[in-house]
Order: sequence, then C-alpha cells, then structure tokens
Amino acid sequence: MKSEHKNAIVADKIATVILYCIAGFFLLLLAGFTAYIIVKGIMAYQPGIFSFERTGIGVELFNTVYLVLISLIISVPIGVGAGIYMAEYAKAGKVTNYLRICIETLSSLPSIVIGLFGYLVFIYMTGSKYNLFAGALAVSILSLPLLTTVTEDAIRAVPSIYKEGSLAVGATHWQTIVQICLPVATPRIITGVILAAGRGFGEAAALLYTAGMSSNVNLNIWNPFDPMSLLCPFRPGDTLALHIWALKTESMTPNADQIANFSAAVLLVLIFAFSLGSRLLGARLDRKMSGK
Amino acid sequence: MNKKIKFNTKNLDLYYGDFQALKSINLEIYEKEVTAFIGPSGCGKSTFLRCLNRMNDLIDSVKIEGEIIFEGQDINGDIDVINLRTRVGMVFQKPNPFPMSIYENIAYGPKCQGVKDKTQLDTLVKESLVKAALWEEVKDRLNKSALGLSGGQQQRLCIARAIAMQPEVILMDEPTSALDPIATAKIEDLMSKLKKDYTIIIVTHSMQQAGRISDKTAFFLMGEVVEFNETPVIFTNPADKRTEDYITGRFG
Ligand SMILES: Nc1ncnc2c1ncn2[C@@H]1O[C@H](COP(=O)(O)OP(=O)(O)O)[C@@H](O)[C@H]1O
Ligand SMILES: [Mg+2]
Repeated sequence: MKSEHKNAIVADKIATVILYCIAGFFLLLLAGFTAYIIVKGIMAYQPGIFSFERTGIGVELFNTVYLVLISLIISVPIGVGAGIYMAEYAKAGKVTNYLRICIETLSSLPSIVIGLFGYLVFIYMTGSKYNLFAGALAVSILSLPLLTTVTEDAIRAVPSIYKEGSLAVGATHWQTIVQICLPVATPRIITGVILAAGRGFGEAAALLYTAGMSSNVNLNIWNPFDPMSLLCPFRPGDTLALHIWALKTESMTPNADQIANFSAAVLLVLIFAFSLGSRLLGARLDRKMSGK
Repeated sequence: MNKKIKFNTKNLDLYYGDFQALKSINLEIYEKEVTAFIGPSGCGKSTFLRCLNRMNDLIDSVKIEGEIIFEGQDINGDIDVINLRTRVGMVFQKPNPFPMSIYENIAYGPKCQGVKDKTQLDTLVKESLVKAALWEEVKDRLNKSALGLSGGQQQRLCIARAIAMQPEVILMDEPTSALDPIATAKIEDLMSKLKKDYTIIIVTHSMQQAGRISDKTAFFLMGEVVEFNETPVIFTNPADKRTEDYITGRFG
C-alpha cells in the first residue's frame, strides 16, 4: 500500500518532467525558427527593399494585406452567419449532420484543390485574368469552415443564463442572438478570425492560379477601377508568400535569395502584428463587458 | 377581499421526454399577493414556474398537457409569447445581469420593444431602479458594467430589469439562494413593497422565507401539489400529513 503510493508520486514526477521537456523542446524549436528567419531577414536588408518598384517588395506587401482584408470581408460575415445558424437554428437531424460532414470535408481539402477549383470557377469560367479578388475568394473558401466552427462553438459557449435573461424580458430570438450572444462570443470569434487571416497571409497554393504570380501596376493611376491601379482588386497580384516561393524557385534576379529572406521576415512580423492587434482588441472588448 | 385570479392552471401535466415532471397541477394564483412554492429539490417547482412565462419552450423535449389560464387566455394556445413575457417577468436563481452597463441592462428590454426616446428610457431606468431599491447605490455609476456590482446588487438589478417592462406578474426562482443574509433581507423587504403593484410568485428552499413574505404557499412533492393554502394555515395547521412532515423537517 505504502510503496504503491510512493510509486504513484514518482510516476507523477516523471510524467511532469517529460511533459515539460516536450513543451520546452517545441518552444525552443519555435524560437529557433523565428530567430533564424528574423536574423536572416535583417542580414538581407538593403536600402529600397520596401520600394514599389520591381526591385522592392512594396507591392507584394500591399497585395498581401489587401487580399487578406478582402477575403475577411467576404468570409467573416458568411462564416459567422453559418456558425450562428449551426448553433441556434439547425435542428438535430439528417440535414444538419450532412452539413456538418460537408464543413469537415471542406476544412480538410488540400489548398491546391481549392486553388484549382478557384481557377476553374473564378478565372476560366468567368473568362477573366488572374486577379486578387479571385484569390481572396479562394482564401475565403479555405477559411470558411474554420470561421463557422469557431463561431458555432463560441455561440454555444455563451452561458444560457444570459440567453434566458434576455428572452425573459420579451426579446426575440434574433434580438437575443445579435445583442447578447454575439457580443459575448466576440473575443472567441476574434481568435477564429486571427487564424483565418493567418491562413490568408501564409497561403500560396490556393493563390497560384487565382491571384497569379506577378503584379503589374502603374503607381500613377489611383482610379480603383483601372486594372493597372494598385487599388484595383481585379488585377493580378502576388502576395509575399507566393513571392518568396517564386524567388526561391525560378527567379532570375541576382539577389533573389536576399529578397526572399527579407520577405519571410516581413511576413512573420506582419502576422505577429495582426495577431497582437486583434488580441488587444479582443481583450479590450472583454474588459469593457466585465467592467474590470 | 375579493381578489382577482391572475393565473389558473387546470390539470397541468408536463413531460421531459418520457419523464413526467408535473402531475395534474391545479392552482389559482391571486393578484397582488406573494405566492410561495416550497418542496424538496427536484419536485418540479422551477419547472412549474417556467411554464408561466413559457420559458420551457427552450427545451425541445418538453410536452405540456392541460391548461394554464392567464387573464382568461390559455397561454399554451396561439398567443404572442413575446407579449406574455413582457407581462410576466422573471428573476433567476443566479443573478444574471447582461455584460453591459447598468443603464443598458435596464433599457435593454424596453429597447427590444422599440422604445427609442432617450428621455423616456432615462425615466424608465430611474423609476425601475428606485422601485428595486437600487437607485441610491448606483446613480453615479449607471454607465459602469453591471458585472462590477455585488451579488445582492446584481439581483436587485435583475428585479429592476423585470420591473422596467411594467409587468403584471414577477416570477422569482430562488432569488436569494446565492446571496448572503443581509442581501437576502433587502430582497425580502423589497418583495413586500412590490406586492402592492405586482403579483409575485416565488420559489424558495427556505421555509422561513416563505413564512416571512408570502400570503399563500403551495407545497410541491414529486411533481404534485400536495397542499395549497394561506401561508399561516400551511405552517400551523397543514391538512396533509406529508406537508406536516416537510414543515417540521422530518424529510426533504
Ligand atoms: N431540462 C430537463 N430535462 C429533463 N429533466 C429535467 C429538466 N429540468 C428538470 N428536470 C427534472 O424535472 C424534475 C423537476 O425539476 P425542477 O423543476 O428543476 O425541480 P425543483 O425546481 O423543484 O428543484 C427533476 O426531477 C429534474 O431532474
Ligand atoms: Mg429549482
């Protein structure tokens, strides 16, 4: 009896140490990668690298942010709407189960498949050239399942006492969802949006045949309807991730490696800044609601 | 002396799936009185209370038979549920203010009914808080989050939130079970004032509380109403042996 107890304590200690080791290993790995990318990026810095000319990555940086923004504008309302439907309206049954299988399948499709689907539907069938908007649509398809599931979980996690309190003063189901459930669920939904945006920032395969691998803009044109304008979403545009890939595989420029390394660091910082910003926003909303 | 009947149930049965939680309940709730429901936990008090504002609609498995007449209308028939809930307010066991400001908590219900006028809302908020004996404590912090209030204050806020709808009936499900004795005393005080204007139905696990504040008491046991009478009668001269056993603490 006594020794059994001792064994349990030893086992507990060993398990703790092992878990710490695994966690530490991954933390180290992550820190190593990050440091490697950042250091290589800094070393590759050269004046004018942010320029919007051919030698700089200004256009690619802009494209990346622009494409992610457009895709969020498309995917967040649809994903959140679908999540609300799944949490609040979908009745348990065959149709809902089928829908759930569809969402799960969609979430595990390789992004190149989505890219080719995007090419077929948004480029080939519409007869248009590669363009940022088509890329944004492809990325939206990629992030929709995630946004839907996160929203559904977030809405389901809203304490039922809030919902009951709202219905008890004569609010309708819809009023309750919009004015009580959604605000309470927002911090969690924001986490989903960060993840979705992360997919957009890092995506390459889905953009290959939708947004295209090059940009051709004239910085003197500011009319967003002109396909040569930087602001036009219906022009071909390569994002940073794709740019890195292109530079590393088939570029003729002599300092392609340098630019790729620097781009990688910029992309990393961009994603970090976006996550941090969204999290701060979420924390602020949270604080406002809890009155701390 | 001839008080009006507000709620009247006839042979009310309620099932959660196959489980029968209420068995042929016949009760009359009189206007501008406090009616208390007592009984061991799990005997169906909350279930019955939640029938009166159709809160059980939220639970898919619930099936109801029999009638619940409110002001001459069967509320399980084809009625406007939203309208019913504005006339029959509810206060829950755990204080549940919304995660918004004190002001917004009270203005929420009226706003959902389409009240937009700022001055009208202002007066409504103030009047409700005054009636719920909370105004003096919060008048300087109306725009602060309601979650920063103490438990007792939160519960009075929930009462104010119900009052803001100008209801006829207020249902309370063990409203003081999460509160300390001082906060409890304040709420009990409040209830005896509120019964001048409202019909109050309260579920309580405390027999002393029922004795202190209620005019009539119903004793529930395993889904049935064993006895329903004037509170003093229930406590001093119960007709049923089971009521007496419960009152004297011999079970439950
Ligand atoms: N949502 C539900 N689904 C199934 N059974 C329930 C549900 N809510 C309550 N019950 C059952 O109904 C009975 C009465 O519950 P309740 O009305 O909450 O009792 P009380 O409020 O008197 O403690 C209990 O046996 C309880 O387990
Ligand atoms: Mg109960």
